Amino acid sequence: MPDAHRGAPRDLRLRGLRKTFGDFVAVDELDLTIPAGSFFALLGPSGCGKTTTLRMVAGLEVPTAGQVLLGEQDITGLRPYRRPVNTVFQSYALFPHLTIEDNVAFGLRRRGVKDVKGAVADMLSLVELDGFGRRRPAQLSGGQQQRVAVARALINEPEVLLLDEPLGALDLKLRRQMQLELKHIQDRVGSTFVHVTHDQEEAMTMADTIAVMNHGEVEQLGSPRELYERPATRYVANFLGQSNCLQGRVVEHGVDSTVVDVHGTLVRLPGTHGTRGGAQSLGVRPEKAVALAGQRAVRDPAFANAVAGTVTDVSFTGLSTQYVVRTGWGQDLAVFAQNDGSDVPADRGDEVLVAWRPEHTFPLRDASPVVEPEAAPLADAAR
Amino acid sequence: MTAVLTPPSATPEAPADDAVPPSARSRAPYLLLLPGLLWLALFFLVPLVALVSMSLQTGSLSEGYRLTWHWATYSSAWSTYGDQLVRSFLYAGAATVLALLVGYPLAYAIALRAGRWRNLMLVLVVAPFFTSFLIRTLAWKIVLGDEGWVVGALQTVGLLGENGRLLATPAAVVLGLTYNFLPFMVLPLYASLEKVDPRLLEAATDLYATPARAFWAVTWPLSIPGVVAGTLLTFIPAAGDYVNVQFLGNPGSQMIGNVIQSRFLTVLDYPVAAALSITVMASVLVLVLTYVRRVGARELL
Repeated sequence: MPDAHRGAPRDLRLRGLRKTFGDFVAVDELDLTIPAGSFFALLGPSGCGKTTTLRMVAGLEVPTAGQVLLGEQDITGLRPYRRPVNTVFQSYALFPHLTIEDNVAFGLRRRGVKDVKGAVADMLSLVELDGFGRRRPAQLSGGQQQRVAVARALINEPEVLLLDEPLGALDLKLRRQMQLELKHIQDRVGSTFVHVTHDQEEAMTMADTIAVMNHGEVEQLGSPRELYERPATRYVANFLGQSNCLQGRVVEHGVDSTVVDVHGTLVRLPGTHGTRGGAQSLGVRPEKAVALAGQRAVRDPAFANAVAGTVTDVSFTGLSTQYVVRTGWGQDLAVFAQNDGSDVPADRGDEVLVAWRPEHTFPLRDASPVVEPEAAPLADAAR
Repeated sequence: MTAVLTPPSATPEAPADDAVPPSARSRAPYLLLLPGLLWLALFFLVPLVALVSMSLQTGSLSEGYRLTWHWATYSSAWSTYGDQLVRSFLYAGAATVLALLVGYPLAYAIALRAGRWRNLMLVLVVAPFFTSFLIRTLAWKIVLGDEGWVVGALQTVGLLGENGRLLATPAAVVLGLTYNFLPFMVLPLYASLEKVDPRLLEAATDLYATPARAFWAVTWPLSIPGVVAGTLLTFIPAAGDYVNVQFLGNPGSQMIGNVIQSRFLTVLDYPVAAALSITVMASVLVLVLTYVRRVGARELL
């Protein structure tokens, strides 16, 4: 693909970006740097401000305050048709009165490019729609329309491609397939992709970097693995997968470790956190914990953290067995046991120890009251 | 399904249960069409045949008319009233273009910019229908009158000469036609503009189209169905109108409607009046079909 108009790739930077609608603060003081050429995901529940952020980058929404920068160039006040940014809309917004070819050629024609045939054909073959050029959008399936929307945006070789929940309207199987295709296309064209989604699995599959948004702010920024293994807040811990969150008080600080008293049980976690005697939240992923049934179990010394409880629910999902264990202080903990044949399955009513390695324990920044893991993202979104 | 398809006017041949014999089932659609077909036959076909037949008869009111297949009535009517025929279509065309120029921005504003004023504006568009067509045209006679402020203002700015007037001119007739049929232009335009998805305009803007280019590339083509409907609803009745000429025009600006009216009601020359009516009908049909083919085939299909 020709690369004529583009200089050195430029980072997309948001500086103190804010948008209010009346009294409602949609985006609050957002600072974000999106490196050139990265596949960046803005992840959050609906109403968290991610689409508004995207629209401000596209120029379809005027920020109340703050700046949008491409490299050193301030594009905050530029009209959308003057920005080297293109969008794949959630609804695709294909022009119903134009053929697929004319839809894809739309941006080039508006910029005065006369000979668009070759570029359009190349782009249609990139999205595997050769031979569909003469059809109308209504004659295509949802997945095909989605790819036309991608082609229509990409043909302009934007510095930044914005994707607003582009796969939301597709069924699960097609969505998985399109996730891989989009990732593949991004590898080939090298533009910066900013992808807005509420689907954590989609964000994890596709993005190099994810920003988890909540209430118009970024809760945490990092690679999918970082976010999953070291969620910084209770919100992130429960929005990306499931977590058991525990609440306690710091008892002592060791060499690169902290001991927290959780309702009388001492739990160790790596690193120095909190102040002695102060409140500290921590968490562990259900699949990192094991449920050891009574005296039958031989306890691996590496699984140093252990909390006693009673199994209140067992569900067998094939791949794993999921236990719900009620602790002495009445909190439900989730434990996922891989169905690899090594475990003695526990039964409902069994007394068990929920044990995990200290290095799998992560500290959580906020010391808010305990929220049930399943309910947490929704409750947070509705608040 | 059968129960739904059976017309309410009790047709004992097609009982409304599932045990309908196949023959009755296949008759059902035709039975449903029957009221409409009867209506068409009674109110369209019969008068049309009567009109065609009248145009080919000779005789007089006192002696009675006989069908003599006298086609010469047509050629003599055309040569005598050709001017009025052409003028009708010119005036109607001018009024249609004017109504489109005025109506499109109005419909656009109501559909896309009016916000909470939308319903009020729509009511205002329809409001003139609450008074009679004749009264409204008479009102224009006063507005455009020689002593009226419109003429005075135009004379002051020099657009109209010292003794210039508006009343009893072709301009007044075209203005009257434009005014009277404007709602028929605005409402279909509004209906099609209102359906234009604003997200398409956002997409166009995102794809380097300035607002003006976005309009011509997206809004205008998507509103073509409304343009076709509006222009037809304006042009067809305007071409046959005679009220505007009567109140606002002069004998030199007579349209074909005036001729037909006077032939039928004053001169009592039924064959010529009928021949002219058929001619107008056929010409409008040809014009409309050509128009819909040229504009419609490209944009609607």
